[in-house]
Amino acid sequence: MTHQFRQGGLNIVLDIGSGSVHVVDGLAYDIIALYENTSAEDIVSCMKEKYPDEPESEVRECISEVEELKKCGRLFSKDAFEARTAGFKKKNNEIKALCLHVSHTCNLNCAYCFAGQGRYKGDSALMNFETGKRALDFLVENSGGRTNLEVDFFGGEPLMNFEVVKELVAYARSREKDTGKRFRFTLTTNGVLLDDEVIEFSNREMNNVVLSLDGRKEVHDRLRRNISGQGSYDLILPKFRKFVEARADKEYYLRGTFTHFNTDFTKDILHMADLGFEKLSMEPVVCAPGDPYALTEEDLPKLKEQYEILADEMLKRRREGRSFTFYHYMIDLKHGPCVYKRVAGCGSGTEYLAVTPKGELYPCHQFVGDERYCMGNVWEGVTNTELRDKFSKCSIYTRSKCRDCWARLYCSGGCAANAYHAAGDIAETYDYGCELFKKRIECAIMLKAAEELG
Amino acid sequence: MKRIKTLETRDLNKSLASGGCGECQTSCQSACKTSCVANQKCENSA
Repeated sequence: MTHQFRQGGLNIVLDIGSGSVHVVDGLAYDIIALYENTSAEDIVSCMKEKYPDEPESEVRECISEVEELKKCGRLFSKDAFEARTAGFKKKNNEIKALCLHVSHTCNLNCAYCFAGQGRYKGDSALMNFETGKRALDFLVENSGGRTNLEVDFFGGEPLMNFEVVKELVAYARSREKDTGKRFRFTLTTNGVLLDDEVIEFSNREMNNVVLSLDGRKEVHDRLRRNISGQGSYDLILPKFRKFVEARADKEYYLRGTFTHFNTDFTKDILHMADLGFEKLSMEPVVCAPGDPYALTEEDLPKLKEQYEILADEMLKRRREGRSFTFYHYMIDLKHGPCVYKRVAGCGSGTEYLAVTPKGELYPCHQFVGDERYCMGNVWEGVTNTELRDKFSKCSIYTRSKCRDCWARLYCSGGCAANAYHAAGDIAETYDYGCELFKKRIECAIMLKAAEELG
Repeated sequence: MKRIKTLETRDLNKSLASGGCGECQTSCQSACKTSCVANQKCENSA
């Protein structure tokens, strides 16, 4: 299978089965489009009509180039991975990452929060040290031969339980010494409680910090307000600036959410870039279809256009020496994930689990609060093995819409929680998200190709 | 003349030999938390 698209002045052809990326001229682009279903003579006739200035010998030479790429498995190649990757997700039921909900409460009251002011449809709660400690032990015990283990301190607002966060990091570091494991920590915060101590601690211990900012002040303050209804932009922006400045080369993301109210979200990304932040992420809102800020079908063409505008602007700024990165455009063609990872996806429900303040296990943070998806707890482990098996069977080869989709080895079938909320089944797809993802991956590959071509 | 420039990419068929070591970062631990692997890096492919 191939996928062809034009963007940023480039003609790009992807070969899905091999992962090859080709940048071609107009003649080659048209020949490739015809190649599999048209005879060589008919292609020559067709091209002579469309490109009257091209000598026939050039057309035939280009057909030969295409033929050669097909022979060496870099065009029109078959996807031969299904049988060879089957069972990978069930690999000893090993776990390598936890989303640790240290706080089910929040000091903001963001209208669109999928966690409902951080409480996940339940009562406010903070994780105690003993539960968190047991979660870390559970992770170590179930990680098999894996060295790298990941823990995201999440909420609610995790800094409302900062003392426990510090204790858990110290405990994990002590376990590194006797197990040979390596913990990589992430902190996701709204920034309200950032102070010098948090900044110093995070810059020492957190491999990554995710800082919630939606962009322009009026956009951010419309939905990200405190309990008394005041916007939080003016409070958190100076804190984020100080944090990022102190963070130097360490990983961080300013992570925004866009909604129906700011379908021109590229302006919000550029606003953050103009503030001096360089590592940016902006995600579509996750909410019920009837919510006033929910994205609509009518929004979709504009959102796709926004991704293109963003890619073009990033290209322009890169040439001007003032580049920034956008999470979804950071694609590594040379050292990207192996085919097992591409088939398996994010690992929710199998190698990645969420832990509630009470120690319950869920497939990921987006299932927390839906008791049908409770998988067990950190003391007894995964007891709902039927649910784990259902997640382990989900792959790009079991989702019917993925099997024939060109993007399947880039998106890995998308987000199970989104599929569940949109289609009622984790084994389905979230079509709206698919459309956005495909546009993002085209933009990402275009930017990479432009970079390679200089 | 060459009309097709093929970029250097990881050979997916060869990556089967890795067996999937599992040491790479879980995508949901990165930045998005909502729209999860293309932009992940492999710990070992270099």
